Parts: sequence; C-alpha cells; structure tokens
Amino acid sequence: MKRKGLLLAVFSAFLVLLTGCNNLAVLNPKGPVAKTQSNVIIFSILVMALVLLVVYILYVYMLTKYRASKAAPDYEPPHMEGNKWLEITWITIPVIIVTILSVVTIRSTAAVEKVPEGYEDQKPLVIYAASSNWKWHFSYPEEGIETVNYVNFPTNRPVEFRLYAYGPISSFWIPQLGGQKYAMSDMVNKLNLVAEHAGSYMGKNSNFSGEGFAHMEFEALAMTSKDYEEWLDEVKTTAPKLTEQEFDSLLKESHVGRKSYSSTHLEFRPAPEGENAGHNHGGSEEMDMNSESGEMDHSEMDHSEMDHSEMNMDSTGTDDAGAADHSSHGN
Amino acid sequence: MKLDHTLPLEYRSEENSNRIFGFWLFLGAEIVLFSTLFAVYLTLWNRTGSGPSGHEIFEIGPVMIETFVLLTSSFTIGLFINSMRQGLKKPAMVFFFITLLLGAVFLGVEIMEFVTYVNEGATLQRSAFLSSLFVLLGTHGAHVTLGLLWGIGLMIQIGREGFTLDTANKSFIFSLYWHFLDVVWIFIFSFVYLKGLM
Amino acid sequence: MKWDEFFVTGEPMIYGAMVSIVVASLAILIGLTYFKKWGYLWREWLTTVDHKRIGIMYIISALLMLFRGGVDALLMRAQLAMPENGLLDGQHYNEIFTTHGVIMILFMAMPFIIGLMNVVVPLQIGARDVAFPRLNAVSFWLFFAGAMLFNISFVIGGSPDAGWTAYFPLASLEFSPTVGNNYYSIAIQIAGIGTLMTGVNFIATILKMRAKGMTLMKMPMFTWSVLITCVIILFAFPVLTVALALMMFDRLFGSQFFTMANGGMDMLWANLFWVWGHPEVYIVILPAFGIYSEIISTFSRKNLYGYKSMVWSMVVISLLSFLVWAHHFYTMGHGVMVNGVFSVTTMAIAIPTGVKIFNWLFTMQKGRIEFTTPMLYSLAFIPIFTIGGVTGVMLAMASADYQYHNTMFLVAHFHYVLIPGTVFAVIAGFYYWFPKLFGFRLDERQGKRAFWWIIISFNVTFFPLFFLGLKGMTRRMYTYSESTGFGPLNLLASIGSVGLAIGFILLVYNIYWSFRYAPRDTTGDPWNARTLEWSTHSPVPEYNFAIEPTVKGLDPFWESKKGGHQLYEGKIEEIHMPNNSGQPFILGIIFFFFGFFMVFSWWVPAIIAGIGVVVMLAVRSFERDHGRHIPVKEILETEARLGGEQA
Repeated sequence: MKRKGLLLAVFSAFLVLLTGCNNLAVLNPKGPVAKTQSNVIIFSILVMALVLLVVYILYVYMLTKYRASKAAPDYEPPHMEGNKWLEITWITIPVIIVTILSVVTIRSTAAVEKVPEGYEDQKPLVIYAASSNWKWHFSYPEEGIETVNYVNFPTNRPVEFRLYAYGPISSFWIPQLGGQKYAMSDMVNKLNLVAEHAGSYMGKNSNFSGEGFAHMEFEALAMTSKDYEEWLDEVKTTAPKLTEQEFDSLLKESHVGRKSYSSTHLEFRPAPEGENAGHNHGGSEEMDMNSESGEMDHSEMDHSEMDHSEMNMDSTGTDDAGAADHSSHGN
Repeated sequence: MKLDHTLPLEYRSEENSNRIFGFWLFLGAEIVLFSTLFAVYLTLWNRTGSGPSGHEIFEIGPVMIETFVLLTSSFTIGLFINSMRQGLKKPAMVFFFITLLLGAVFLGVEIMEFVTYVNEGATLQRSAFLSSLFVLLGTHGAHVTLGLLWGIGLMIQIGREGFTLDTANKSFIFSLYWHFLDVVWIFIFSFVYLKGLM
Repeated sequence: MKWDEFFVTGEPMIYGAMVSIVVASLAILIGLTYFKKWGYLWREWLTTVDHKRIGIMYIISALLMLFRGGVDALLMRAQLAMPENGLLDGQHYNEIFTTHGVIMILFMAMPFIIGLMNVVVPLQIGARDVAFPRLNAVSFWLFFAGAMLFNISFVIGGSPDAGWTAYFPLASLEFSPTVGNNYYSIAIQIAGIGTLMTGVNFIATILKMRAKGMTLMKMPMFTWSVLITCVIILFAFPVLTVALALMMFDRLFGSQFFTMANGGMDMLWANLFWVWGHPEVYIVILPAFGIYSEIISTFSRKNLYGYKSMVWSMVVISLLSFLVWAHHFYTMGHGVMVNGVFSVTTMAIAIPTGVKIFNWLFTMQKGRIEFTTPMLYSLAFIPIFTIGGVTGVMLAMASADYQYHNTMFLVAHFHYVLIPGTVFAVIAGFYYWFPKLFGFRLDERQGKRAFWWIIISFNVTFFPLFFLGLKGMTRRMYTYSESTGFGPLNLLASIGSVGLAIGFILLVYNIYWSFRYAPRDTTGDPWNARTLEWSTHSPVPEYNFAIEPTVKGLDPFWESKKGGHQLYEGKIEEIHMPNNSGQPFILGIIFFFFGFFMVFSWWVPAIIAGIGVVVMLAVRSFERDHGRHIPVKEILETEARLGGEQA
C-alpha cells in the first residue's frame, strides 16, 4: 500500500539524517557551541521519532484492523465515550516528555549563551560584526584592524562577537560554530563562539534584509594562533587606514568584495552600546514582555492588571534611565 | 416577531438582544485595541529622542476640563437612558443633547490641546513618544467624533419616531459606547497625563 | 507620481499578467452581458445576505487566491530549482514570497475557513441564518475589497517586498520606498476589519441562536472549534489593527514608532505582529481540527471519542496561543530566562494537540472506516501533521532554534503544519459539505486521484527542505551558488511542486466534471452523517429548516435515524428572513477606493471616499428594514419540490 511506502520513506529519511551528518552543516559542528546545539537537536530528533513511532503504530493498527471492507456486513460500531485511564496516559506521558525537553532546553540555552565550558579563563577575542546593506564589517578593537566580508580568528580561543546593524535587522550565523543572533541598529548583541578545528566556514546573514540578501555571505576562517598572528602582522603593515570618508562610501555600496584596513570604524563611529545605545534592549525586552502580558490581562477585561503593568513600566523605566549594561546576557 | 414584554424596550425582540450582546463583544475587541495602544504608549513613553517629554508639554488645565466634561457626559447619557426607560421623550432628548454638547466641548478642547503641542514643536513626527501619544489620544478622539455623528443621527431618529424597538435599542447601544469612551479616558488621564506630570 | 511609476513596468511576466487580467475581465463583462446575467448576479449574489451564498463566495474567492498564491509558489520553486538561476531577480523574488505568504494565510486559508464556517455553522446549530446577516455580507465585501486591493499591487505600484512578516526597519519608507508596503498595511487592515466582524457575528450566532436542547456540550465539534476560533479572532485581531495602523502612520505620515532614530523601536513591530501572528496560526488550524473531527467520526460510523477532552484541549490551545509569540525571535538576544519561559509554553501546546491526535485515532477504534475522499484527506492529515508537530517541538527548544531560525527547516515545519492542518482540512470540508450546497457529490474516483497526487507531491516538495535547513540554507534566498550543495534537494522540491500543481488542477477538473456529469443526490444525506445539517434538504432551501429542530443529544440526526426522537415537531409557520441589500457591496467598493487612494497618498480622493464610508453608515442607521416573511404556502411548495419528507 502506498501509505506504508510513505512511512518507510519517512523513516529511512530519518536514518539518512542521522547517518549523513557530515553533509549537514548544523550537525557537523566544529566548536563547542555548535556541538551542544547539535547534541540537543539529535536528542530531540530521537525523542520525537519515538513519539512518531507510537502515533504511527496506532495509526496503522486502527486503519488495518477497522476498515469497513474487513468488517462483517451487519457490524454496527459501538458508542464509546472517552476512557479516563487512556486520557490520563496520553496527558501524563507528553507532560513528562515536555518536562525533560524543557530541562534540556533551559540548560543548553544557558550553556550556549555563556563562554563555552573550559574556555572561561581565557581572555576572549572581541570582534565587532556590523551589517550594512548586504555586507559585513568586522572590527578588531584590540588589534586595531578591520575587515569586510571575511573574518579570521584563532582556534581554541573564545571569540566574542558583538553584533549590530546599519539598517535592517540581520542575523549573524556561522552554522558549524554555533547558532545565530540578531544584529540590530540600536543595540549590541553578544555571541560567544569557539572554533576547535582550523578551517574555512560559511558565515552568513540569515535574516532577510532586502534585495541583495542572498549574497550576504562571509568567510569565517579559523586559524592556528601562529597563522593568526602572521595574518595580523600582515594586515597591520600592508593594509591602508580606514578613513571616515572611506567608511561612509563603504556603507553606501550594495556589495563589496573583501577588504582589509589597519584601523577600525569604531573610533569615529562607535557601536550602539553603552552611552551610544539607542536603548537598553536587555531591559526593554523585559519591558516589552511585561507590557504585552499586561495587555493579555486587559484583553480579559481585567482592569486591575493595568496597575501591574504600570509598575513594571516604572521599574524598567529606571533601568533604562540608569546605565545601559549589555553584558547582562553576554557572559 | 416574538416579544417578551417583561424586558425593557431595548431588549424586547430577539434581534434587539442579539444586537446588544454583539455590541458587548465588539466592545471586548475595542478593549484589546486600546490595551494594545496603551502597551505601545507605555513601551515608548520615555523614548523621547530629540523631542520634548510629557512633563514638558502636558498642561493640567485643559486636561481637567476634558476630564470634567467627559465624566459629566457619561452621567447625562445615563440620565438619558433612565428617561427613555420611563418613556419620557422630552427630557431624554434634552439629556442626549447635553451629552453631545459636552462631547463637542471635549473634542474642541482636545483639538486646541493638539494645536498647542504642534505649535510647541511637539509633532507626530518628532519622536516615538509623541507618535504614540498622538495615536493613542487621536484614536480616542476619533471614537468621540464618530460618537458625535452617530448621536446626531440618533437624535434625529428619536425625534421622528419616538422610542420604538429600533430607537430604544440603538440608544442603549450608543450609551454603552459612550460609557466605554469615558472609561478609556480615565485610563488616558491616569497613565498618560498624571504619569507624565508626576 | 509619474505614470511609469504607477504601473509596474519592464517585466515581460508582469505585462503578460496585465494583458491576461484585462482579457479575463473583458471576457467576464461580455459574458455577463451576452447571457443577460447582470440582474441574476446582482439579485442573487452581490446583494445576498444568505449565509450559504456568502460562504460560497468566500470559498470561490479562496480558490482563486489559492491559485494566485500557488503561481507565486511555483515561480519561487522554479527560480530555486537550479543554482544561479536567472528566472527572477532579487526584487521580483522578494515580492513574490511576500505576496505568497500574505495571500496564502490571509486571503486563502482565512476565507476558506470562514467560508466553511458560514456554510456549516448555522446549519449545524439548527439556525436559519447568522445573528447579523447584513454584517456578514459587510464582512465578506470588506475581505474581498482587501484581497483585490492587495492583488492589484503587482501591476499597479509594485507589491510589498519585506516578507509577510514585514519586519521593521526593512519595511520602513527608508528601505522599502515603493508603495508595496502601503498596500500591505492598508489592504490587510480592510480585510482584517471584516474578519473581526465575522468573529463577533459567529460568537453571537453560536451563543444565542442554537436549536432548542442544544446545550454547549451538545454542540458539534466543528461548531465548538469555530466558537473558540472566533474568541481568538476577537482578542487577536485588534492587535493586528493597531500594528498595521502604526505601520501606516510610520510610512504615510512620518511617525516614529518603528524607525531607527528618535526613539523608534524596530522590535516593537515584531512583538505586535506575533502577538497577533501566533494566535492567527490557531485561527486557521482550530476550525480544521473541527472539520477533521466531523469527518473522522462520520466515516468511522462512530461518535467522536473523548468529546469533552477534545473541547478542553481546544480551550487550552487557544489560551496558550497568546503566550508563545516570542518564540518567533529567540535570537534577538533576550536572556535565558525569557527564552526558557517561551520554550516551555510553546512545547506545552504539544500536549493538548497530542490529546486530539489520540482521540482521533481512538475514534476509529472498533469503527467501520470508509475511505471516501474527505476521509482520505483527514487520514493523511494525522501522520503528516504529526511530523509538523514534532518538528515544532524541536523548534521550540531555544538553543536548537538558534540553528533552525530563518532556515528552510522552519519553512518545512510550517508547511508541514499549515498544509495538512489547514489546506487538507478545507479540501476535506469542501468535499464533505459540497453535496449539501449543490445537491451532488464530487466524483470519488477523480477525487482520490487528485488526493494521491497532492499527498505524495506535498512530501516530495517539503521533506527535502528539512535537510536544506540543516545544511544551512536560509529562507528567502532568491539564489544560491553551486558550491553550497543545495542544488539537488532544491531540484527535488521543485519537481514535487509541479506534482502539487498537477494535483490541484485535477481537483479543479474534478469540480468541473462533477458539475456536468455527477449523479444528483436526492436524500440530503449522502454520507450517512450525524449532525443537523444533513437532516435538511440538499441544496438547502434559503430558510434552512422548515421547522426549527429540537435536539436531545450529541449527533442528533444520527440518533433520530436510529429511531430516536423526532427532530422536527410542530407545524410549519411563517418564516421571518432578512432582506437582501446592495449596501454591503457598495461599502466594499468604497473601502477599496479609499484604500487605493490611501496607498498612493492621494488625500483629497481619500477623504471623499472616507466621507462615503460615513455616509453609508448613516444610510444604514436611518434605514428601517425588518425583513420579510415567507408564507406557509410557499414553504410547503418548496418542501414538496425538494423531497418534502420532513414537512
């Protein structure tokens, strides 16, 4: 029967997925962050395959056993209400599964937001990554160099990407090193990555940002520290300085090739963090949430909740007015 | 048509009671609408950019007038419904007229308030705070405007027909609408003006 | 504005579309005149307030939009079939995936669902019409005006190009300077007002107009799903109204809600959009659950298993649907805490959904399963939707979502949810209730052939996308290089999309063929079904039921067929029905022009049209229309003509 063939195809597809990981960037991690995520993904696939299996077995059983063509001609199906115990079973087991997955999710999310385990005592390499139109600018404030559309960094050292955008929201993603994060115009987001293997990895913007979006890729090259130092020296000595004028003309271009400079744009065009931030997004996010959940409450016509959201507004309001500390969810 | 004479006129036919129920549902949607606008305002209220803050532009005088006339109009629309229930057309018309008059005064003061803001350079385009302020107040103001037009139409109909199944039903629904605008205003008064002035 | 900016120029495909639009419109106009059908069209359709006819108009519009959105999809798949393909340029591709998304969700899935709601709900609860028939017509014409306004964008002025989510700042005037996103904010707004009115109308209908004896817990499951859906509409759509209004203010009047300077906040849009957007997913899926419940129960010849838990699971889903919106942007950098909470609420939705899946499976236990076309779609739904569901749980895990977000994996997931969850359901519902409306069944053999094409092609099209996502292919890319290795799987998906197109063509052919040749059904109950709508004639007379039914339990028609109590007691009396009116149609036209002028910022005409709207409201307010009464004699004649066994 065609349906069984379909089932078989689905399961063999899952098998392919589990064995053919090398072709799938996300399941072929080259650093601890991507490794954690890949483990979570494979774990969730296995759990979900189990769920699918249960549903499919029941499904095939019902369809083969109770088809009309098999029934006696005078067979009259009985009237059946629900069954308390069955109901309890198929509520309890999913609750347990969801609980397990929740624990895994929260722990792994906390893990991938932090500097990966084993690298905490190293000083991270800070690289600012800013998107403009359909290109990426990488600034190394400590080394005083800047590159466009490619980024080099040493292996086995934590790299702290600080992400922001000139224009539409973009999302910074190097699949083999770790998941993505948004780059926005009025705040800086932090993404901690470590490469454990030297190599060239595809990096890209994954969030649609207009006409040239499809070509908004960059090369992420993880090098041994020796190679990295050599490259640094080369850029510092041979590349030109990045002038404000040059930077402005870069911003206007739709696409440019690779570029290297021996100074950064941060000196004359600081990133939107600290006092330059449009706002404290960490805090404001809380604020969004509170106001929205406050709104949920109003929608249930509960006016007393208005006070509640009001209080939250105030408290986050002070946060906002205080100092913008973006590191709260970075480290 | 099946009529249940134990009920007040505005509820008497099935159609009428459906309409009132439907209007309550609509008001539920309106509550969500205004709640969303409040959420937007409370998210953006201290994001003044280069523009002035609420503290710099709000004046208590006109706001008190607006609050006073709108609250009073909510009272007079209640008197209007009360007169209608007793079948007193003339006092009902008077109360209705006063209600609309107060609504018009409210609208006039609000427009003057807007003109003052704009003259001070506090325009819709100036900052996120001002955008959310104008849209929140403007949405309420637009509701009042629509209410005035609706009320005028309704007064003409009552004048022509007296209180019938139709006009009584419409009048009651109108009063729900008008009370609702008043409630929204109380929230605007507290969360926009008082909060801004404090 | 210059004329060469007004019309979209320079694209042979667009010129082709313009020519075909003009030719098709002329053909319709000439045809109507030649066959003298203008009066018929006006009297019977454009002015109708009959819920069944409004439902049919919704469904026809939805089918048209399905083909518009389908052509968009085919163009996208054609472009992506090969690396570095030059069929479409970036801008054109962006417009196409934007309109594909908007049309499929808002102008295909929604009206199809609302169409079925219109047709079925009053019949299922034993009512003669909805609570506010005139308002119902207004809802339809506002939807239609919005849909038409959105559709002309691709020949006049340019389509929106910032994705169906229209994230700011990309959708702002600065980065999207064409009028495309004006169309987005205004056309959806107009249609959305219509939807909100539908929500009000059906809540009132279901709560106030049920047949005698039909308590809430004796309502058919589809009616329950519609009630819950309408409550979601009531609470979610005003948020969309506000979001779109703010967008319009930003784009037309220079306000600063979502801008990059002066305090604007881009992510505020994303929050508002998804506070509406996620419940919206359930607005199109819950009625589908209702449809499947009816069909699976009917063709298993059994009552629905676990009725109460089916109702409660829908209530829980509807509540949770408002608490999960931030899972659409885990990656924007809120902390572990926020992401954790939203992960848990999102995964929790799997629990009530699982309850429903198991209840459907157990409805079939000890049943007598018949594989009719509607049943086949319902049965295909279970395994395919479960894949969509479990991948949804995977996406809900924040840490893993950092790797799936914005990729083809996500695209595969939501097509695996929305196509079996909604599209199969509306097709199943269409096949199932079609004989009720037209008095004959769609041909089963042809229906099954189309079914197998659609089911197999669907999986061929969308299953490869899971792998493409894991390979790192992001959504909304109009091209990719050969070195990425995305080529073969994309080609496979594109081949599948051709199969889907063939399946839908077969489906349409099935409708056409059946209209001409299918044998008429005179029983009114061709499926041997269970609920009230099958107890009246097919096609249904305008007053639905000659005598209002009395209900004692669930599946009342089934019980009465099995020798239970009489559904129809008493004698035929005069029936009060609402009059037709041209006002809703005229209001729709005025709204269309109002929207069109707003899109182009032509203020004077826009103000005139706006006054027109107010005038129409006033006309309605001053009107005294108490409907008409159908005399007993006429009812008896109609009943006799249609079979008359219940009179």
